[in-house]
Amino acid sequence: MGALTEAFRLIITLDPDLFEILWLSIRVSLIALIISAVISLPLGTWLAITRFPGRKFCILLLNALMGIPPVVVGLLVYLLLSRSGPLGWLGLLYTPSAMIIAQVVLITPIIAALSNQVIENLHQEYSDTFYSLGVTGRRAVVAYLVDARYALTTCILAGFGRAIAEVGAVIIVGGNIDHLTRVMTTAIALETSKGNLTLALSLGTILLALSLLVNSLVIGVREYAAKRQYA
Amino acid sequence: MKRLVIFLALAFSAHTGADTIIAQSTTSTQNSGLYDYLLPMVKEDTGVQVNVVAVGTGQAIKNAMRCDGDVLLVHARPAEEKFVADGYGEYRRDLMYNDFVIIGPKADPARVAGAGDVREALQRIQQAGAKFASRGDDSGTHKKERSLWQAAAIDPDSGSGQWYLETGSGMGATLNTGVSLGAYVLTDRATWIAFANKQDAVIAFEGDENLFNQYGVIPVSADRCPNVNREAAETFTQWLLSETGQAAIGAYQVEGEPLFFPNAN
Repeated sequence: MGALTEAFRLIITLDPDLFEILWLSIRVSLIALIISAVISLPLGTWLAITRFPGRKFCILLLNALMGIPPVVVGLLVYLLLSRSGPLGWLGLLYTPSAMIIAQVVLITPIIAALSNQVIENLHQEYSDTFYSLGVTGRRAVVAYLVDARYALTTCILAGFGRAIAEVGAVIIVGGNIDHLTRVMTTAIALETSKGNLTLALSLGTILLALSLLVNSLVIGVREYAAKRQYA
Repeated sequence: MKRLVIFLALAFSAHTGADTIIAQSTTSTQNSGLYDYLLPMVKEDTGVQVNVVAVGTGQAIKNAMRCDGDVLLVHARPAEEKFVADGYGEYRRDLMYNDFVIIGPKADPARVAGAGDVREALQRIQQAGAKFASRGDDSGTHKKERSLWQAAAIDPDSGSGQWYLETGSGMGATLNTGVSLGAYVLTDRATWIAFANKQDAVIAFEGDENLFNQYGVIPVSADRCPNVNREAAETFTQWLLSETGQAAIGAYQVEGEPLFFPNAN
């Protein structure tokens, strides 16, 4: 109960620290989502409609990578971006960009694997039609993505959910630096370690509310668009 | 499309300016609120923006060895001196001190409060079969704790998972675990005073001179790590060691108690 009251107090008083952290969380995860979607949706679709040796293995790999622990992704990206690592010269470690990179690595397999399944179901239905119309290659990928856009929103939301909720990767590559790389999840971890359990829980409640808001918005838009289309 | 590119470019631009440095730090200085209090003063006096990555001392030193920091602020003197001797640090200076305490349930099942010294306190915990929560993470506090067990001629590893519980986590997480299990925990006093989830735990043992806790500051070597911001790191270090910095550290209090005592040499 105390956590809910505290959450309300933070929101109503427009607590500047809270909104800074919240905004960074949204910004990092949204950019990671956009980049990841651009990679993973065509990849998942392409894997669903193309036949080549090793395709099954690629899909298996994508599915397995859905379960990769965020802390492992964080460690890999850290070693890559460390000043003594191969990409150290970019100076990206302990910046929001590093967090975006880690989240892209984390959620790309999720969106790719889920969208692959969606398109594969569709492909069984459409493959003959598309073949007879001569729709192949890049045009086919685009056609499938457009046709399956409503089902694909769920895949994208799953990716967003994973990105906004994970702490293991961003705390390693971002460093949880105040006013620079502190996001909701790392702030929750920090407040828990300070023993401020009520504040930590209230931040968790706010994060959950944000997730609820984003999901409602996306599903609202989807329903509206679907209604207009068939009206 | 053009707008998206600009958007992404802005999002990807590093926020590191000429006067920005990364401090690899122990957690106690962050969890106790010391940085929230000190760093705005540093910024105002010197213009240097210090970004703190707070991890355990062991991890902070390893991160700095990979050149991922401009200055190191930790508390494990032998490891710090090795860091400098191996060429990773420019020099090491004492910065401030406080002390470690053993906290435990108010009922004090191992009767630690009556122990003559810290060795006896640890022996009583082991003999009583009372739970002890250890950091288990190679942090400064963990190194200290291991040396205290050794001095008490006890090998806690034989009871690992039974009465000796290694959390492998930070000080705060270990305190949360210890307090919930009614275990004894070795913690620095600053983190304990600022810790907000004490429940029925209290300081069970304190005051032995072997519980002294020295913090040191080391600018990372520019020879070893050409990427470091040597100048700003030096400015920050010298501010901490200056009369102004030392007075500021001494003046910091939580709940009416000073947490760190300046002793720059």
